[in-house]
Amino acid sequence: MVTNITNFGRSGLSDWLMQRASAVIMLVYVLFMVGYFLSVSDLSYSAWHALFQQTWMRIFTMLTLISVAAHAWIGLWTVSTDYMKATGVRLIFQSFVILALFAFVVWGVQVLWGA
Amino acid sequence: MNSKRPVNLDLSTIKFPLPALTSITHRVTGVILFIGLFFLFWAWDKSLSSPEGFAAVKDALQHNFFAKFVLWGLLSALGYHCVAGVKHLIMDLDIGVTLEGGQQMAKASIAISIVLVVLAGVWVW
Repeated sequence: MVTNITNFGRSGLSDWLMQRASAVIMLVYVLFMVGYFLSVSDLSYSAWHALFQQTWMRIFTMLTLISVAAHAWIGLWTVSTDYMKATGVRLIFQSFVILALFAFVVWGVQVLWGA
Repeated sequence: MNSKRPVNLDLSTIKFPLPALTSITHRVTGVILFIGLFFLFWAWDKSLSSPEGFAAVKDALQHNFFAKFVLWGLLSALGYHCVAGVKHLIMDLDIGVTLEGGQQMAKASIAISIVLVVLAGVWVW
């Protein structure tokens, strides 16, 4: 039996709400990026770099990255608890996922502020 | 509720109607997008690292077949995942939560996704 000790918010309803809130944030970001790429005919490094120098873009991107981490954790937790029957295998998989997502958030901070 | 959650489903014994297939595809595309984060972050990091890095990423996404194929695959997975996600949000609003509604929305999500997959392919190539 899988308990919810490893899920995101310790409550199914909380995870449900977080999954939707993060989804809306990511959807807005995706639509923005698609619109950006479509509106710029020949993207240059200076324009691309300047975009991520903007404070609002850094906030928007960081918000999206945190949403990605929460959303992917809830989603992959759900998938792994449904299909991975062996507790050890599931634990290793979930550990890998949370480590990877943590690394992505740190990597994202480095890309946004490191350059 | 916590201890009654159905887990460890034996998929080989379950018949899949269309809404079940679109649901499992939603899950599969979610896993693909998670794996795709490695590709996306690499390209994003490299493109912002220097003018040379930007040029390398741009060149790969415009001329390297493998990179373009991966990009098309990820855009397709993202398109489907977004459509299926919006379908979830619509159904959360209590719209179309019937047997017929579920089947119609599953068909609609497939139709819209096919259009997005083709558009993504046109965009990449």
